[in-house]
Order: sequence, then structure tokens, then C-alpha cells
Amino acid sequence: MAQVTLVEAARLAALQEMRRDPTVWVLGEDVARGGLFGQYRGFLDEFGESRIVSTPISESMIMGGGLGAALVGTRPIIEMRIFDFVMCAMDELVNQVAKVRYMFGGQAKPAVVVRMPHGIWRNSAAQHSQTLESWFTHIPGVVVAVPATPADTAGLLVSAIRSDDPVLFFDPKNLFPVTGEVPEVIDPIPFGRARHARQGRDLTIVTWSALVPQVEEAGAMLAQRGIEADILDLRTLWPWDEEAVAASLGRTGRLLVAHEAVTVGGFGGEIVARMVERLGPGGMKAVARVGQPRVPVPFAPPLEDALKPDVAKVVAAAEALVRR
Amino acid sequence: MSTGPSLNGGDNRARLIALYGTMCRIRAFEETALAAHKAGEIPGPLHVSIGQEGVAAGVCTNLRRDDRITSNHRGHGHALAKGAGVSGMMEELFGRAGGHCRGKGGSMHIADFSVGMLGANGVVAGGIPIAVGAAQGLKLLGRDSIVACFFGDGAINRGPFLEGLNWAVLYRLPVLFVCEDNGVAAFTATASVTAGPGVVARSEALGVPCLSVDGNDAAAVDEAASRLVAEIRAGAGPRLLHATTYRITGHTSTDPAAWRDPAAVAAAKEAEPIGRLRARLLAEGVPPSFLAGIEGEARAEMSQAREAALSAPWPDPAIAWEDVQDSGAVEAH
Ligand SMILES: Cc1ncc(C[n+]2csc(CCOP(=O)(O)OP(=O)(O)O)c2C)c(N)n1
Ligand SMILES: [Mg+2]
Repeated sequence: MAQVTLVEAARLAALQEMRRDPTVWVLGEDVARGGLFGQYRGFLDEFGESRIVSTPISESMIMGGGLGAALVGTRPIIEMRIFDFVMCAMDELVNQVAKVRYMFGGQAKPAVVVRMPHGIWRNSAAQHSQTLESWFTHIPGVVVAVPATPADTAGLLVSAIRSDDPVLFFDPKNLFPVTGEVPEVIDPIPFGRARHARQGRDLTIVTWSALVPQVEEAGAMLAQRGIEADILDLRTLWPWDEEAVAASLGRTGRLLVAHEAVTVGGFGGEIVARMVERLGPGGMKAVARVGQPRVPVPFAPPLEDALKPDVAKVVAAAEALVRR
Repeated sequence: MSTGPSLNGGDNRARLIALYGTMCRIRAFEETALAAHKAGEIPGPLHVSIGQEGVAAGVCTNLRRDDRITSNHRGHGHALAKGAGVSGMMEELFGRAGGHCRGKGGSMHIADFSVGMLGANGVVAGGIPIAVGAAQGLKLLGRDSIVACFFGDGAINRGPFLEGLNWAVLYRLPVLFVCEDNGVAAFTATASVTAGPGVVARSEALGVPCLSVDGNDAAAVDEAASRLVAEIRAGAGPRLLHATTYRITGHTSTDPAAWRDPAAVAAAKEAEPIGRLRARLLAEGVPPSFLAGIEGEARAEMSQAREAALSAPWPDPAIAWEDVQDSGAVEAH
């Protein structure tokens, strides 16, 4: 076990898989120089420029080209640099990558990983800070991964690279410096299994990606105030661990979903709806959501802080929930 | 393909006859599909390539089975010329279980990966990045196959055209871009919405060498494509073939295209590629009965395919849930 940052964990996972499988390669802007975050540092020396391909700023080609290369039997890692730029490749992602297997009756194997570092990050304002993962859960054909720890990032990235499904991999860019243990040999972590981050009987908090460390901190604070939260880090949103959430809710009866994304239309709504369908309208004592208000992410630090979900907001929501 | 009486004239004659056969098969497929659509046997939108057969035939005769193609919404001819199975294509149009895509794609999404046909596309220019990426993948794998990418003149006003050509040059990829220039994009004359001199100038500005050819002269398409394909196979990087042609029917099977000048339509019908090649072959002494045999065989093949498709089983509704994804697939209920 080594203590590494989350971005280094991701680097080690990709490195391991590229050493294992010569059909794995990376394409994206500046990747041969190590990538914007250093997540491909050293790859050029080891793999050469045919397997770590710095591309023009051509997002349609980055996405569509990755797909074409998958259709002839390679396993591309498509690096979008920052999530927000995937908007320039939406046809290629939604109409092509997500559809070819189905549309062609199973002939196509779109085995791509699309890496999209997302979320609020160092006052980067409205076009570099978005958290729109819920959009993609609405698209049949793709896996949606939202890891939050170095070990989960590494293990899920290994699964993503080995998967024949297209995997949309939301790197939590604000958590890149966070450290944690990563094993010498990184085993794949299966999609659709939550990490049980904390045990408690008073309420269930479901969370993922950038908000996970803050929810864990909130859990510790709540414990000091006598409230025991059961915390689930979903790790993937499609498939998602419905069973784990239902089981926890069976013990606590109270559900708080906390995500960095805008609350309206966020995946929290789907989680609540599924739990109501399973447990019936009277099956829970209280439900609440924490997320951003439906406002673009602002630039100035006090404005960004005002909107961003954080430890205090999670604690306040949890306290209100257990009082209900 | 017809194997008729032995004919004098050698390899070139055989090549022209093969081109003729391919074009007749495409024409017969399209006419059969149109009739079936009118009869209510084929659901959904249908784009046929009547009048444009010379481009598909002339290009694909230069491709190997392990070469790949991508196509657009008007892709039946490209698929047939690449060798896609007819019954699988017809059944796909009919939405039947035996279609290449199990009835999940239809006319606009025909693919037959077994012959390197990586898919038609319902999005204009959608096949361009896929073709370029396929070429990059093949190169990475050390294969010597190439990719031909068919698109219309309407596609050159979309971003992926610029991105794709630029990219193919940068990585010196084995791609033959084929612009089928029929002068229209749906209901609009393409020239009226295209700045500058058009596809060749744009292509050359990006460093992609081009040839322009009369796309209704299948032999000329073949010759030009064979030159470009040889250069691509030799590692010279991408090439573009600009083939002018004419869409004799409407944009879709239900579009009468009545806005077009009737005189221009009549003139274009005179210049259509099958009649052109027939005249040449007759002038070279090929017996009319031999050519009539090829035409008759093509029509018979396609009407049998129509009959078979009509009585072929529909897909079991349960398969609607299949082929989505491995992880997180939803259960049928
Ligand atoms: C991105 C996109 N925009 C619009 C359409 C609707 N559409 C389908 S075919 C077509 C015209 C395409 O013209 P061209 O590429 O020249 O092909 P042609 O039909 O002439 O063969 C249009 C506008 C589409 N399918 N995709
Ligand atoms: Mg056109």
C-alpha cells in the first residue's frame, strides 16, 4: 500500500492497464505533456506518441475518433481535459458512443472510457465548474462513474478500462490533491456497489464525488452532537446501488441525498423517487436534498462559497431531518 | 455477380462489367425498397441513392474486405457495394429479426461489421470522426487496412468535416474521404449555403490532396479512387475524392422534390450512371442480352429479398431490452 494523491492513483491505474494491454491508449489535448493535472505524467516516455496522443482542440474528433478506434478493436481512454468541454462533443457522445451497440444490434463494441474532470474547482466560474452527471444517467448505453477517494478512483478506472461498455468517468478534480492508500496491484472495483463510509442508525446520507469528504466530515460532527449518520458513497450512478440505499433506509427511516450538482433535476431526485416506489409513500419518516441552487457557478470566492454545498449545509440539513 | 459468356476485352472489361453489376444491384435494391415503402411494408424514413450508384460502386471496388467504411443517411448503396448481405439489409429495412441490426436500426443505421461496414449514420457528418478514428485504431494495431468515409456535400458545413480532415493529416491516417456532391442538402441547393469554392478548396487548404470526378461515370470514379487508394495504402496519408452526381428522387421516399427545375431533372436523368456505362459497354461490343441478364438478375435478387423480408419473423419484443450495455442493463418487464 502506498499513500498517494487521488490524481496519482488515477495515473497509476491507467499506467497499470496500459502496461497490461497494448490496445489501451489515450487521446486528448496536452496528454503527451502529462495532461492538465499530471494524470498522464511519464506516459510519453514509456508508451510513445502513438499511445499517448496529444490532439488538436477538436472535441468532436476526440470523442468520435475514440469511438472509431474502439470499433476496430482498441480501447481508447478519451480525455476531455475538463468536463465542460464535452458539450462540444455531445453528438459524438450521445448519438454515437451511447447508441452504436444498440442501433447496430450488438455488432459494435464501444469500449471507451471518457474521462471528464468535473465539479467546482478554484474559482474557475461557470464554464469550468459544472457538475452535470445526472444528465448522463438519463442516457441508455453508458456507465456513469463518480469516484471520490484515491482507491476508488484507481479501482473504478481499472474496471472502466477493462469494460466493454462506454464508461463516463467523472474525475473529481477538486479532490485531486486528496491522499489515500492505493494497493500495489490495483484490482477492479465493480460498478454499482456503494462504499459504506460510516455506520449509523439515525439517518442515511447518500452522496458521491466531490462532496464525499465533506459529508464524512459532517458525519463526524453530527456524531459529536449525538446524531449517528449512515453514509453511503455510491461511487457509480449507473448502475447504482439501490439495494444498499434501501437496506440503510430500512434501518434509519430518514434519507438525505447530498451532491454538489444543482438540486433540481439532480440524481438525488431519482434516488428519492426509487425509494418512494420501493417503500411506499409512508415508508420514510423524512427526506431532504442538499445541492447547489439552480444558479450558474459564480467566480468571486464569496459568491462561490455562498452557493456551494459544504459541511455546514450538510450538518444543518441532517439536524433538521432528524428533528422531523 | 453474373458470370456470363466469356467476353473479349480482358481485365478492364471484366472490371467495368463488375461495376455495372454492382450499380444494377444498388438500383434494384433502391427501387424495390421504394416500392415496398410505398406499399407500407417498410416503416419509417427512407433515403435512397437512385442516380448516385456510380460513386459507391466505383469507390468500393477498390476496397478489400478488411478495409472499413462509414456512411451517412443515404447509405444503402455504400453498404451493398462493400459487400453487405442483401437479406440482412432488406430485413433491416423491414424491421425484421433477421436484419443486420436485429431490427433496431433500420435504413438509417445499417451496419454489417462482418464486411467492414461500420455503420450508416442519422447525423450529417457523424461518420467522419468515426472513420478517422477507425483509421487511427487500425494504424495503432499495425494493420494495413484503410477506411473510406462517405458523406454528402451538406456535411462540409459541419465542424466534424474540418476536425476530421485536419486530424487525418496530422496523424497521416489511411482515410479516403468521399464527398458525394449531388448539389442538394435535403430541400436546399448546397451552393446557396456554402461559402467559397467548396469541398476541394477546403480540403486542399488543410493539406488533403483531392481528385474531382464525374460521379456518374463509374469507370472514372473507379480510376480516380484506385489512384487515391494506392497512395493511401503506400502511407501517403488521407486523400479526398470529390464526386459530382445527382439525386434523381426526393430527399426521402415521400419527398416529391417538386421545387427543382424539371428541365434540370430531365437532363440529369439522361446523365445517370447506369445508362452511361450501359452505352459504353454496348459500344464496346458487349451483347445487350448479357447486360439485360445482369439487370434481370439484380431485380430478381432484390424482389426475392423483398418477398423473404415480408414473410420474415418480427423481432421478439423481449430483444428490445438487449444490446444496451453489460453493466446496469435493465430487465425486461
Ligand atoms: C446534424 C444534422 N442536421 C440535420 C439533419 C437532417 N438532414 C438529414 S439529411 C440532410 C441533408 C444532407 O445533405 P447531404 O449531406 O448533402 O446528403 P444528401 O442527402 O444530399 O445525400 C439533413 C439536413 C441531420 N440528419 N443531421
Ligand atoms: Mg447532398
